[in-house]
Amino acid sequence: MKFQVYRYNPDTDKAPYMKDYELDIPAGSDMMVLDALMLLKEKDPTLAFRRSCREGVCGSDGLNMNGRNGLACVTPLSELKAPIVIRPLPGLPVIRDLVVDMAQFYKQYEKIKPYLLNDEPAPARERLQSPEERAELDGLYECILCACCSTSCPSFWWNPEKFVGPAGLLQAYRFLADSRDTATAERLADLDDAYSVFRCRGIMNCVDVCPKGLNPTHAIGKVRSLLLKNAV
Amino acid sequence: MVKQVTSLGRSGLHDWMIQRVSAVVLAAYTIFLLGYLVCGPDVTYEAWREFFGCLYVKLFTLIAIAALAAHAWIGIWTVCTDYIKCSCIRMVVQSASIIACLVYVAWGALIVWGV
Repeated sequence: MKFQVYRYNPDTDKAPYMKDYELDIPAGSDMMVLDALMLLKEKDPTLAFRRSCREGVCGSDGLNMNGRNGLACVTPLSELKAPIVIRPLPGLPVIRDLVVDMAQFYKQYEKIKPYLLNDEPAPARERLQSPEERAELDGLYECILCACCSTSCPSFWWNPEKFVGPAGLLQAYRFLADSRDTATAERLADLDDAYSVFRCRGIMNCVDVCPKGLNPTHAIGKVRSLLLKNAV
Repeated sequence: MVKQVTSLGRSGLHDWMIQRVSAVVLAAYTIFLLGYLVCGPDVTYEAWREFFGCLYVKLFTLIAIAALAAHAWIGIWTVCTDYIKCSCIRMVVQSASIIACLVYVAWGALIVWGV
């Protein structure tokens, strides 16, 4: 099977380039892209990429494979047409080969205050939720921050320093929807500018690529509705 | 919270609302005009003038022109902030588009009210 892999070492290369590789992969193999990358790294130890859990939990190996973002560890080779073109996540600065600088992504995540804010006195044991209140968080808390969604979003490409991005906004709604959080007004006020939420044009690239099957566009719609309800 | 000085609304939500309300006004005006063209009398100068001489048509037309200007202001502002990275050029293009929108509203009002 043929592979074309994005290579760039800022210490030695003037510009990024695509390098061709070939691997003998038996027909009907259930190998994942990450397994192939590991084999390629055995052949060429200079190839750099991130990986950790190798089962779609840690979110380290978000990559662009044949033009589509996803996690290399849960993307079967059999689903991709050869030659398989592997690039780093688009829109973020490349540190080396397939490793990107996620600082901008985390900065937006930090902006939405991804933790519970509660100004009421702490109870003796814990803040309880009813099963219904807990169910509100389903489809939100599962995000693993792999950045596949935000880096497939043109609004995030154009304004990464101002638009929170689908991953950050999914988490913003996760805390707005949490019955234990009392900072709803403050959170909404922080989001009510022309960029943070409203740069989303609803093209749903984020929904299309999310490896966990989440729906950031729906969450963004909910944030907009909350902003509207709060303002009228 | 990101601040901006050349947008029409006071906040992202305000812009978003204006854009949607103005879109509804423009859709209604388009249907209204199409309805007149399809179901109304033959379009002659006299019929056209008489149509735009009605106070409610004048008012509706003015509202539609204002909605178009607001819609264009927000739309062009959004496109500029996406694609023009140099703040000087962006400022010039945004200012020019705002002035154009205001001139079109004034010009439209003069034409409609001149009938």
